Amino acid sequence: MREVVEKKVLSENDRLAAELRHRYREQNILCVNFISSPGSGKTALLEKTLASLAPSQPVAVLTGDIQTDNDARRLSRYGFPVRQIVTGGTCHLDARMIDRHLTEMNFRGPGLLLVENVGNLVCPSSYDLGEAAKIVLLSVTEGEDKPLKYPGIFHRASLMILTKTDLLPHVDFQPDLALGNARKVHPEIEYIALSSRTGDGFDKWLAWLDALQRKFQQTAAATN
Amino acid sequence: MHEIGIATSILECVAAEAQRHPGAQVIAVGVRIGELAAVDKDALDFAFECITRDTEWEHLKLEVEWCPRRQKCLACDEEFVVRELDLACPRCGADNSTCIGGTELDIAYLELEEPCAKS
Repeated sequence: MREVVEKKVLSENDRLAAELRHRYREQNILCVNFISSPGSGKTALLEKTLASLAPSQPVAVLTGDIQTDNDARRLSRYGFPVRQIVTGGTCHLDARMIDRHLTEMNFRGPGLLLVENVGNLVCPSSYDLGEAAKIVLLSVTEGEDKPLKYPGIFHRASLMILTKTDLLPHVDFQPDLALGNARKVHPEIEYIALSSRTGDGFDKWLAWLDALQRKFQQTAAATN
Repeated sequence: MHEIGIATSILECVAAEAQRHPGAQVIAVGVRIGELAAVDKDALDFAFECITRDTEWEHLKLEVEWCPRRQKCLACDEEFVVRELDLACPRCGADNSTCIGGTELDIAYLELEEPCAKS
C-alpha cells in the first residue's frame, strides 16, 4: 500500500527558519547569510564591513566553523557582539543553531545580523536560516566555472561577490567568464567585485547592503 | 557531505509517519531530489545504508526520483527541462524564464505492508 506523505525532507529546519524569519520581521533585523568555499575571504569581507560601520549601529555577527574560535576573535575587534558557532564536524549552519545563539546573545532589533556560514559551497545551500539574502563569494584564485560546478548555491544567492580583485594582475581569472557562468545558472544574480584588502569596490558593497536594509525595513514596517 | 544529515531527516520522518500506521511495516520510502538541491544521490544511498544498518530499518528501501531543472517561459508559458544550462525557451526562443523545478528535497511517499488480518 502506498501512503502519500509529501513533506519537505528538511521540514523541521524549514519550520524553525520560518519562525526566525517571522522574528526578524517583527524585530526589524536584516539577516544575511555569507556562503563560500573555505578561504574565499568571508571573514576578511566581514572585518572590513564591520570596520566601515558606525559602532553605534546595532549589528551582530554569528560565525560558523567546524573547529576553533579564530574567526570570532578576529571579528570581535570592531566593537560589535560576535559569537562563534563551533559545529564540531557539521559542514553547515542550520536554523536551530542560529536560533540558540541568537537567543543566548540576546540580540534584539532593529539591526543587522551577519551570518558567516561554514566554508562550503554545497551543504549550506540546503539549509534555510530565515535570512533575507544569501550572498555567495567567489575569489579570483578559484576557477571561473565554480558556478557551474555548484549550481545550487549560485541559484539561491541574491548576490555574488567576487573577492580578492587586487590579485587579478597575478592570476588568469576572467571575471566576465565567471559572471557569465553564474548568470547561466541564475540570470538575475547581482554582482559586485571588490578587494577587502585594498577596499577597491567596497563602496558598492556597502551601498548594496544599505539598500537591502532600507528595502527590508520598509517591507517590515508595512507588514508589522 | 551533508547526506548523513539528510538521510537522518528522512529516517526521522519515516519513523514519525510509521507511528500513524501501527503494526504496518514500512518497506520503502520515496524521495524526490532536484538537481539544484545540492544532494548527491550516491552519497545519500550510502549514508542511508550506513545509518539503517543493524537497526529496525535495515530492510527499508530508499527510492529516489531525480528531478531535473525545469523552467517556465515568461513569454509563451512553455514549460521545459533545462539541458546543458540552456535557459532559452525551446518553443519561442525567449531568454526570460522562471525556475519551476529542480530544487526538490521532498519525501513523496511510504510503501507500507499492512499486517495480515487475523481470521
